[in-house]
Amino acid sequence: MCSLQTADAGIYIHIPFCKRKCLYCDFYSVTDLDKRFSFVRSAQTEINMIDFPMPTVDTIYLGGGTPSLLAPEDVSALLDSVRRKFSVSNDPEITIEVNPGTVNLDKLKGCRTAGVNRVNIGIQSFQDPYLKLLGRIHDAREAIACFDLAREAGFENIGIDLIYGIPGQTVRMWKADLKTAIMLSPEHISGYLLTYEAGVPLSLALEKGNIIALSEKKTVGFFEMIRRVLTDAGYIQYEISNYAKSLPSRSRHNLKYWTFAPYIGIGPSAHSFINNCRFWNVRSVDDYMTLIESGKPPRAGSERPDFRQQATEAVFLSLRCAQGICINDFEKRFSVKFQQLFGRTIALFEAEGYMIQTDGFCRLTCKGMRYLDSIADRLVYDIYKENQVDSAAASNPT
Amino acid sequence: MINIRNFSIIAHIDHGKSTLSDRLIQATRIIADRDFKDQILDSMDIERERGITIKSQTICLPYTAQNGKLYYLNLIDTPGHVDFSYEVSRALASCEGALLLIDASQGVQAQTIANLYQAVDHNLEIIPIINKIDLPSADVDMVRKQISEDLGLDPSTAILCSAKDGTGIDNVLEAIVNQLPPPKGDSEAPLKALIFDSHYDSYRGTIVYIRVFEGKIQAGDEVVFVSNQSRHLVEEVGIFQINRIPRPFLTSGSVGYIIASIKTVSETKCGDTVTLKNRPCKVPLSGFKELKPVVFSSIYPVASDDYPELAIALEKLKLNDASLVYQKDSSVALGFGFRCGFLGLLHLEIVQERLEREYDLSLILTAPSVEYHVIMKDGSLIKIDNPALYPDPMNIGTAKEPFIRASIITPDKYMGAIMSLCLERRGINTDYQYFSSNRMEMIFEIPLAEVIYDFYDKLKSVTQGYGSFDYELTDYRETELVKVDILVNGERVDALSQLVHKDRAVERAKYACEKLKDEIPRQMFKIAIQGAIGAKIISRQTISPFRKDVTAKCYGGDITRKRKLLEKQKKGKKRMKMVGNVMIPQSAFLAVLKSKD
Ligand SMILES: Nc1nc2c(ncn2[C@@H]2O[C@H](COP(=O)(O)OP(=O)(O)O)[C@@H](O)[C@H]2O)c(=O)[nH]1
Ligand code: SF4
Repeated sequence: MCSLQTADAGIYIHIPFCKRKCLYCDFYSVTDLDKRFSFVRSAQTEINMIDFPMPTVDTIYLGGGTPSLLAPEDVSALLDSVRRKFSVSNDPEITIEVNPGTVNLDKLKGCRTAGVNRVNIGIQSFQDPYLKLLGRIHDAREAIACFDLAREAGFENIGIDLIYGIPGQTVRMWKADLKTAIMLSPEHISGYLLTYEAGVPLSLALEKGNIIALSEKKTVGFFEMIRRVLTDAGYIQYEISNYAKSLPSRSRHNLKYWTFAPYIGIGPSAHSFINNCRFWNVRSVDDYMTLIESGKPPRAGSERPDFRQQATEAVFLSLRCAQGICINDFEKRFSVKFQQLFGRTIALFEAEGYMIQTDGFCRLTCKGMRYLDSIADRLVYDIYKENQVDSAAASNPT
Repeated sequence: MINIRNFSIIAHIDHGKSTLSDRLIQATRIIADRDFKDQILDSMDIERERGITIKSQTICLPYTAQNGKLYYLNLIDTPGHVDFSYEVSRALASCEGALLLIDASQGVQAQTIANLYQAVDHNLEIIPIINKIDLPSADVDMVRKQISEDLGLDPSTAILCSAKDGTGIDNVLEAIVNQLPPPKGDSEAPLKALIFDSHYDSYRGTIVYIRVFEGKIQAGDEVVFVSNQSRHLVEEVGIFQINRIPRPFLTSGSVGYIIASIKTVSETKCGDTVTLKNRPCKVPLSGFKELKPVVFSSIYPVASDDYPELAIALEKLKLNDASLVYQKDSSVALGFGFRCGFLGLLHLEIVQERLEREYDLSLILTAPSVEYHVIMKDGSLIKIDNPALYPDPMNIGTAKEPFIRASIITPDKYMGAIMSLCLERRGINTDYQYFSSNRMEMIFEIPLAEVIYDFYDKLKSVTQGYGSFDYELTDYRETELVKVDILVNGERVDALSQLVHKDRAVERAKYACEKLKDEIPRQMFKIAIQGAIGAKIISRQTISPFRKDVTAKCYGGDITRKRKLLEKQKKGKKRMKMVGNVMIPQSAFLAVLKSKD
């Protein structure tokens, strides 16, 4: 898993369409579904425009937005473009995000035929009032039906997304959601804390006092609940908000984000990371299509993180994973002595029960996960403190 | 020589010394009025803002008196604060007379009296001047009465003036000529000159301010500074007007400067005697003292990277301030810095301000300390001004602390308040006297340590600004000294340790703990803040740990943003200091070390 840049690449394709915007959503998507067709053509062109050498591709992820708003032919066309352009491994993981209320059996079957072998369903909640509050287009019944359809269509690798920390939500309700999820027995469950992103309608409602956010204490309780209930049911928590029924059913694609494997993002607002360069596309689908039409890459920005920035990323991304920071990899990559850099701080976190170090890995405990941001913040202080990382880099250029 | 007059103006702060100096300079027309910058004598910013002269400056005023003769009036400026009383004494030693300036609405104040005593000690002829008579609140009769009763001077000799509008300035000039004696001394005798100040000029090296008492000095002379026997070849001598004016020589009675390629001001000691190598004087001038710092504090840069800049800045300051002493210091909590010695709290503040303002440094200063004498059980004596060097109490026999004699002049209705303030500060009221029916001078013997800690502010507040204060160091007395440590999660924060009298320990510890509690942000774990004497905990505070939301999702598009968020605080992080496992922001140190408000 400490694969770094030698790993196979992932392709992410952002499908920027939704039937309606959910109230908490800050992903980029538009509701003008008519643009779908021309968008798919642009995305294909973008794939073809890539002019740098790429490693083998072993995951493709259609995310959004609502990729399940695409016709199976569109899905097929996009996947074909990827296969034509890159060398795709023998057993790629090909995922499509599906929102209940946007699919039927035929569509799902069509996707499967096109090569998709994993679906991730945005269920979010099995309680209608909360779905309403979130502004989702579906209800609980549709959510379950969607899951059943996916199975019926032959998908053996299904993930579902759940949200907790919804205003008014009780621990009992949350537990009920988890029980329902377990009953469906998906291969993968993601449980996300509802966050109030700047400017989204839900945040405005919060500011106006129309809704009341759950207390910190409660949300921590929810987090502990999901971990306990899913672990008891045999799921493995492999990342702070992701659970898999078995190691092979972890999201191979998402793992790339946390392990510095290369990925290329196609479509508006998509992000890429390859050869230690991060770059991202323009957000607006119109700008995106215009740029592509005029033969230009739809780039909005790029950066090449310096050593300390890379170390910062390494810390906060690795700590999200159950496996933690691979000490050996970290030392090699940054030419530093891990203990020298973090030893004191980590010893302290260990003493507090936030962290443990075993078998060459340094990871968060369950207790520590609740404080991931603060712990990362503290470690980043060490990275910047004495310029240790940078000076090491200077003496040992890689 | 008969046409020279050497004099100083002595006054309580704000009684108008600078203004009067300006008027005298203007009246003698050595510069055109339009070039006249207000208050030439106070050239440093900080001095002007605080209204205090630190570096004395000197000027030679040519004046044609009403008798038609030309006189050279050497105005020797004196620093206006108790911290610099030695410099004042050297400046006065260079004079034959002094103008004692009194604000007509304020009357006689503590420094008026302290200065008068000094002037009398130097056998100076004194001309009382009642200034600010233009003020509606001027009460000339009252001041006259005080001059007679409080000062024991003849009030009929007092000159009335307004330095502001120029009234009476002529009378002042005439009085200088007629009432002050000309300097005496033999210009044929071996050279004997007093160094009363110096400053550093980046082109010429140290400019040494001297008063020649006997003999003569000129370029080409090889001179000796008696205190350290250093020898220098004189390159130039001259007098001060607005600029330095070179002269062929200076003879007995004159005031002026010498330039002799002297690289540092430290070699040039205020109060030292200058004589000729080949024809030395038999006895040097009396009254020379090595200046000793009395208040100590460690200075650290807020950002550790600024240490080299701090070093350079101090070196530069030191060029013009021989009384500033410092050496390298280091603290676990604050990194590298300097242990500095100052003549007093004001001197400390001025140095701090200059470092911050002129060199753009952010600093942390540790709690000011006096120098204690610790007598060990084996009989040896250790002098300690730095809590870090405090020996194991097991081995200490007794400790002594410096005492001062404080003179406080106040309207008598504040007597009770002052009495309790001073008693609270472990002071002993040894004497008091009424100057007039409702003004009095109170004399206290107080530990210096009690005065460097917000005493002056307290005095001002209990007397509503009417109390004035002056002090001199007297002796060392036995004391019950303890070292108060501040612990953060069991780890001693060395920069916050203080040496204090045992009766102060709890109060100081409490204050520090409270401030830290306010300033240290919540962290991952519970933070215990304790004040301790040795192993004994005397105060404590707790900061409860931070609760954090469960982290939100993080995929490809979130990474850059998230990282930037973590980096955003990196500037702030530099300003954090780690003590053990706890991040302490700079502001916490500043809050603790800022004296109580
Ligand atoms: N009304 C009036 N104000 C004066 C006179 N002399 C000085 N001042 C004011 O008193 C204040 C203090 O004067 P300054 O010369 O700075 O006092 P120093 O601290 O003794 O040098 C300033 O605001 C002056 O303008 C005077 O004769 N009349
Ligand atoms: S379906 Fe997903 S992408 Fe679309 S609006 Fe809702 S949360 Fe956002």
